[in-house]
Amino acid sequence: MRFGATQAVKSLSLDVRQGEFFSILGPSGCGKTTLLRLISGFLQPTAGQVLINGKDMVGVPSNMRATAMIFQSLALFPFMRVWENIAFGLEARGVGTAERRREAERLLELIALPGYGNRMPGELSGGQRQRVAIARALAIQPQVLLLDEPLSALDLKLRQHMRAELRDLQKRTGVTFIYITHDQSEALAMSDQVAVMNGGELQQIGTPQELYSHPKTAFVAEFVGENNALTGTVTEVSGGTAVLEGPQGRFSGRAGAGLNPGAKARLYVRPEALSPSSETGENRLKLAIERFDFEGAFATAYALLQGTGSPQRMFMTISQQGLSDAPAIGAPFTAGFSAEDAIVLSDD
Amino acid sequence: MTEIFDRFGKPLGGIFLGLALLWLAGMVLVPGVFMINASLRPHLPPPLRGGELDVYVLDNFAYLINHVNHGRIFFKTVWSSALVTLVTLLLCYPIAFWLAKVARRWQVAVMLVLLLIPYLMNEVLRGLAWYIILAFSGPLNAILIGLGLMDEPVRWYGDGGVVAGMAYAYLLFMLFPIYNAISTLDRAQIDAARDLGASAWRIHRRVVLPHAKVGIATGCVFVFMMAAGSYVAPALLGAPGSRWFTQIVYEWFFEIGNWNRGAAYGVALMAMCLAVVLGLLALFRVNLASAVK
Repeated sequence: MRFGATQAVKSLSLDVRQGEFFSILGPSGCGKTTLLRLISGFLQPTAGQVLINGKDMVGVPSNMRATAMIFQSLALFPFMRVWENIAFGLEARGVGTAERRREAERLLELIALPGYGNRMPGELSGGQRQRVAIARALAIQPQVLLLDEPLSALDLKLRQHMRAELRDLQKRTGVTFIYITHDQSEALAMSDQVAVMNGGELQQIGTPQELYSHPKTAFVAEFVGENNALTGTVTEVSGGTAVLEGPQGRFSGRAGAGLNPGAKARLYVRPEALSPSSETGENRLKLAIERFDFEGAFATAYALLQGTGSPQRMFMTISQQGLSDAPAIGAPFTAGFSAEDAIVLSDD
Repeated sequence: MTEIFDRFGKPLGGIFLGLALLWLAGMVLVPGVFMINASLRPHLPPPLRGGELDVYVLDNFAYLINHVNHGRIFFKTVWSSALVTLVTLLLCYPIAFWLAKVARRWQVAVMLVLLLIPYLMNEVLRGLAWYIILAFSGPLNAILIGLGLMDEPVRWYGDGGVVAGMAYAYLLFMLFPIYNAISTLDRAQIDAARDLGASAWRIHRRVVLPHAKVGIATGCVFVFMMAAGSYVAPALLGAPGSRWFTQIVYEWFFEIGNWNRGAAYGVALMAMCLAVVLGLLALFRVNLASAVK
């Protein structure tokens, strides 16, 4: 998809299965909204196809597609009552008033807002408006619901609550959800499948677990969840394991795709895979803790890597129980991780 | 009111309020009272003024109601002003929508300049332009005959010419309030309505028009008031049979010299216009304060 000289979405191909909660995750400007507008029909692709149920949708306008869109601003009609909002798609299809009213009531039940039909959208709370927007989209019985960061305007508590609610609605209705977000925790919490995008390109598609434990690119490793990165050059690749040598030392980890000896690469290790008392393996780091951020069930320790030219900050997760045995602030200690928990990815 | 005092403090706020009241008193209240007072007194030669004959009567209004022609012209003026309002509304709504939601930035700039240029001339010259266009041996007749749409030239001066000239003269007063209102409509609202399958007509009726309502009401009030009080366009583009009520008011004041009857006519027109405007606002369910905003 091109806008003038800018290519907003580059060549990519993805399959969404019916009844799936599918998220498209990426930083702002990565092309995810463009992709959604291509699927919805608000934009037509410069090249390529959009298939829904195997049928090519290119050239088909948005209102003729089996999709319904939830806008970032929700775009509820402020001059219509809640039930008129919900039934607007039916009104456009020429459904009679009594039946529209009945259908709106049914959907209000579904979104747990029975009896709210006669209110105006302005009288509802943020979360309620959210649900009305979903009911309005569901009223036209779409096969695919497209959601463009609909939770971004809500505060944190409500956002977390709405995640569960969205997920639940999706499971109950069986409608395919394609959900756009820049918030990785949102995508991980709700989705069956997540596609990670960057710079108009598809980085990886997978379940949240796959993305977290088997990132395929450096971007995914850094964007999805927290990660520690160690840079260096690959010295050997054998049997699925790669060895990386860099200013911080010599480390080994699982080898990502397309790694060759001599290539610049990064080794990623999750904060929870780093432990202070590790005796095993060759992956050892000399650290000194700067501070602890206590987060309830666990604490995050921020530590400086010792003995290297440029100071690098690493962080590790320490469980509530482990906190009493944790090294003191400022005292150097050795931390380690197993090669199984680390992954080496080419750095580009 | 308290907001003014909160923001500017008592002394400065008081000065602002005083100036506003002075303005209202000087420009509205005093002339208004003078007009109403004059309209209710008989027209007497100077020696008899203040005498026993100088009492409040409704003769001047009765004269208007009983006159063969004036009553008809009065209602025709109100009706034609409503027609001018409707014509400008029908012309401006699509332009305003296009400017606010469809046109690109440079198109908006070009369009606004094109629309504004005629308004750099005064109303008399704009009226004269139409006077020339509509002339019996003028360009409009020549073009229509040239295209074979008519065989004979038409006399455009009269009601049609007056409505056309006024619609042109007051176009921007309709366009800008509507344009402003539509500009504030969230683009996603239109997209959402379209996505839900609404036709263009339904999108306008259910989404754009309700949002633009205040702007439309404001534009209608402006144009209607100006059309009803217009003098230049009817004088230039009218025919003997299409006199505007303002022309009659003018005659009473400055040609016949009967200020009392002129005042009565003016008050009647003002009352009618106010009634129409308030009716219009009630119809649109818009209050005066938000319409002026």
